[in-house]
Amino acid sequence: MTEKFISIEGITKRFPAPGGGATTVFEDLWLAMRRGEFTCIIGHSGCGKTTVLNVLAGLDVPSEGTVIVDGQAIEGPSIDRAVIFQSHALLPWRSVMGNVVYAVASKWPRWARTDQEEQAQKFIDLVGLTGAEHKRPAELSGGMKQRVGIARALSIEPKIMLMDEPFSALDALTRGTLQDEVRRICMETGQTAFMITHDVDEAIYLADRIVMMSNGPGALFAEIVENPLPKDRKRTDFHKHPLYYGVRNHIIDFLITRSKNFAEEVASRGFDRRQVPVVRPLAPEPVIAADAGRELTSSASRPGLSRPTAAAASPGS
Amino acid sequence: MNLSVGMRAAVVSVAIFVAFMLAWHVATQGSGPVAQMDPEYAKLLGLTATQGKSAMPGPLDVGMKLWEHLQQPFYDKGPNDKGVGIQLAYSIARVGLGYLLAVAFAIPIGFLIGMSPLMSRALDPFIQVLKPISPLAWMPLALYTIKDSHLSSIFVIFICSVWPMMINTAFGVAAVRKEWLNVARTLEVGPLRRAFTIILPAAAPTILTGMRISIGIAWLVIVAAEMLVGGTGIGYFVWNEWNNLSITNVITAILLIGLVGMLLDQVLARLTRLVTFPE
Repeated sequence: MTEKFISIEGITKRFPAPGGGATTVFEDLWLAMRRGEFTCIIGHSGCGKTTVLNVLAGLDVPSEGTVIVDGQAIEGPSIDRAVIFQSHALLPWRSVMGNVVYAVASKWPRWARTDQEEQAQKFIDLVGLTGAEHKRPAELSGGMKQRVGIARALSIEPKIMLMDEPFSALDALTRGTLQDEVRRICMETGQTAFMITHDVDEAIYLADRIVMMSNGPGALFAEIVENPLPKDRKRTDFHKHPLYYGVRNHIIDFLITRSKNFAEEVASRGFDRRQVPVVRPLAPEPVIAADAGRELTSSASRPGLSRPTAAAASPGS
Repeated sequence: MNLSVGMRAAVVSVAIFVAFMLAWHVATQGSGPVAQMDPEYAKLLGLTATQGKSAMPGPLDVGMKLWEHLQQPFYDKGPNDKGVGIQLAYSIARVGLGYLLAVAFAIPIGFLIGMSPLMSRALDPFIQVLKPISPLAWMPLALYTIKDSHLSSIFVIFICSVWPMMINTAFGVAAVRKEWLNVARTLEVGPLRRAFTIILPAAAPTILTGMRISIGIAWLVIVAAEMLVGGTGIGYFVWNEWNNLSITNVITAILLIGLVGMLLDQVLARLTRLVTFPE
């Protein structure tokens, strides 16, 4: 890692268990992110993804460990780290403009009201809500509400954007257009972004790196998948890229089989939590038709993976 | 019949009203001379005994009395004969003063209880004990300590309107959605600005509902309090007319109390609608 803009250093989260003792949600997580990088985190429900994001946002405090952003340890929430909430979290008694201005006025309280509104307008236009400034959230569709949430987060020109499954409550079409917008905005502004998702395609489309988390309790960052797809990928054709299925299969394979007993998988070969293995799935090698059947039955191989321990990871055949 | 529901409801309301008035009118109708007797003796006995006239006034009597009062609501002919408008104004003023004091006291305390789990638990036993006390039970204590009947009735209004407002404010403040507070936290909003821009608007509908309950209770209690304290006010007017055995005036006052109570409730309902936000 050349530059650590965000560095998660050994964070652990424990909750008191009902019958005494403590439940460890995740333990000793280490991760570094570069400036301008888009990181997605993917894993099953209950592995503590949201807690990791809340720790990054400063809304939650880890039981152990710390997070360093731009050379400084996080101490509570900061206006430099904008959060886009899953439930959009708009203030229903304020208009679209009112919601965005509220954020702008929090960042620059001394600005004149007209300047604040101008700044808000800029970002309302950016997310394509021009003309809806005076509507209340209740009058907006789910997609439009989430756009307001994005405009509010961007309007304060944060150093980092943290997104907690921002599109999970939306229909597929709206989700697609909003993914395009977020990607465009992040590319244009060089935004550092951290996003939780359940959607593998969303992760592949948006992220530079995809962090895969094993199941809780005692979840850990299992692998980091470097996205091999070109930076200028388009939503319309990125799934036709020769490397697409390599990445997708690798992630899905992890989510379906490996995430459950990842602890056992690594027990045999040792696992350095500080150096989470980085994987860069490659194109599937051409398979000769005659060998194809034998190839498939011999082992649950993941063709084209450069991961050295692929064989050790295969579920018992 | 293709009238709207509102129109049909109005028709039914009017029908019920007319039926009630007719029944009332018929029930209080005199039955004619009941016995032949000496006119001097008849005068002593009164119309009820001689003409079979009901002691209860009929709707026409009450209507005429009401008309009389409405024509001259603000006359003042000494301590025992004031216009009904003056009496109502006294009552409204007492309710207004006691109620405003209660607002000024209950809402900040409610905020404190809602925001601090510690204070919520610490104050809970006091509230639980004080809340069910009939406000009139405070009256002797108030008279003894304040030594002023007018102020004592204001105090009684204060003490009865405090609880619903305080409890509703505490509930509304404690129930502010976590995500809105998280928005404020991530934007580094200070505590004072958070209280006024997030918690107050979010809790306002619940607070206003408490205020609406309180004004209703205050208007119930003022009548009883003024009966006890005497001197002025619509409650005193009712009791005074009872002593005068003017049932017509008592019924008129009952009607006016109901109308004013409805108006007070409507004002608060309108205010509640103003601060309610759709989600």
